[in-house]
Amino acid sequence: MRMHGRTREALRTFRRTPLLSALSIASIGFSLFTIGLFGLVALNFRQTLSVIAERVEVVAFVLRGTPTEAVTAASQDIQAFPEVLEVRYVSAEQALDRARNELVEFQEAYRDLETNPLPASIEIRLKPEFRDGAGAQRVAERIRAFPFVDDVRYGRDWVERLDRLRDMAGVIGLVIGLAFAVVAIVIIGVTIRITVLQRAGEISIMRLVGATNDYIRGPFLIEGAIKGVLGGFLAVVMCWATYTLFRKSTELGASLVFFETAHLGLIVVFGTAIGLMGSLLSVGRHLRHV
Amino acid sequence: MIRFARVSKIYPNGVQGLRDISFHIPKGQFVFLTGHSGAGKSSILSLIIGEQKPTSGDVRVSGFPLNKLTPKDVPRLRRKLGIVFQDFRLLEYRTVEENVGFALEVTGARRESIPGKVIRVLTQVGLASKARVYPKELSGGEQQRVAIARALVNDPPVLIADEPTGNLDERATRGIFQLLQQINGGGTVVVMATHNMALVRDTKYRVIELKGGAIVYDSGQEAAAGVQP
Repeated sequence: MRMHGRTREALRTFRRTPLLSALSIASIGFSLFTIGLFGLVALNFRQTLSVIAERVEVVAFVLRGTPTEAVTAASQDIQAFPEVLEVRYVSAEQALDRARNELVEFQEAYRDLETNPLPASIEIRLKPEFRDGAGAQRVAERIRAFPFVDDVRYGRDWVERLDRLRDMAGVIGLVIGLAFAVVAIVIIGVTIRITVLQRAGEISIMRLVGATNDYIRGPFLIEGAIKGVLGGFLAVVMCWATYTLFRKSTELGASLVFFETAHLGLIVVFGTAIGLMGSLLSVGRHLRHV
Repeated sequence: MIRFARVSKIYPNGVQGLRDISFHIPKGQFVFLTGHSGAGKSSILSLIIGEQKPTSGDVRVSGFPLNKLTPKDVPRLRRKLGIVFQDFRLLEYRTVEENVGFALEVTGARRESIPGKVIRVLTQVGLASKARVYPKELSGGEQQRVAIARALVNDPPVLIADEPTGNLDERATRGIFQLLQQINGGGTVVVMATHNMALVRDTKYRVIELKGGAIVYDSGQEAAAGVQP
């Protein structure tokens, strides 16, 4: 019964100051939207990097004349490496076929060959978490130890460049993400503070007639939480709208990804937490003054 | 009920608000605090309601030692006091009955018990017919009556009134003063700060006059020895 009364008290604020309430919800919403938007960019960037990283592959060229059985047996060993996702044997003939199909410019050159110049190879795909320079190099070194292996390649240069890109994206993401979060918290704090100042008279009257601090805080906390939840939902809707817009209007739209439900829930929870925190801090400061 | 013993108050900015103030207000008394602006009336009232602590000396109100008052005690003290100001301090977006009921709500009174108490106290101040009206629609005198009703609804043993008639015309002033007299007749201590000397002169109530933060006259001083309960 009491709780019900406190909630009604909080809701009364929305009716009394609809503009200010709408403004604070909008400011929470837009702040979280900035974070969400940044999250979306980061998410899609990571997604793109991981698609590129799928091409991280270790290729071992097999010495001419090595019996297929030896290679097959070795393949099974390699398959057991913790980093390895898949091992594929490509015979010399398959390699030539592939070259004819893929390298159209050289079709003429490949047509009239009397002997196959291409060696057989083992192509090793790595598990996602090992698709970086260190992972590829570890696997390459171990494979080089097999006697029938002539040479091992994994595109060292571009794998390392990919690593650098990933590190940089991580750092930039963290810095910008934190900055956005701080800005969001400040904006929300200021908004709630305005609400509190606007109600300073009411708070002092409450204290005058003997209200405890907890009693005064109650409606503000409920109000902050409600604003946070609504702001969170607003941010989710805006993120979704932006995502849909981009998906429909740009060429790479089809490859864009959106947050999972858990992420969306996190935005709303974060909004609620900010709303509560903001209320608690600004009311607390005010209660000490009155 | 209220006892000041050698109380001084020096504000953080160095201004001396009160100098060596001692008095005792027993149960049931009506007391005027008079003096010019800045004489110390408001300092005394703000000490009584626990807004501030004395720099030295002892203050006791309704059994609370105010020197040792913790922030948690303040609400408990306030519930034993009715407080009325010159500027009424009503919540303008609440009706008269909501303004009065509010003082009961914050003390955790049972919801069902509130309407009865509110209507009783509104009848006492003569505003039962305006229970559903908003403060803006009332005259100054009526608004002050609402503030007094709010101060009384918890049945406090002490009513503190800081210039309650300061914003009111002659007629409304008389009305409010009569109401305060009635309240005092019911046994409630009334401490009223005012610089309306006409009001003070016409009555036989105790007058404490302040100047520069010190008591320069206390009509209760001579009689005090005999009347103290």
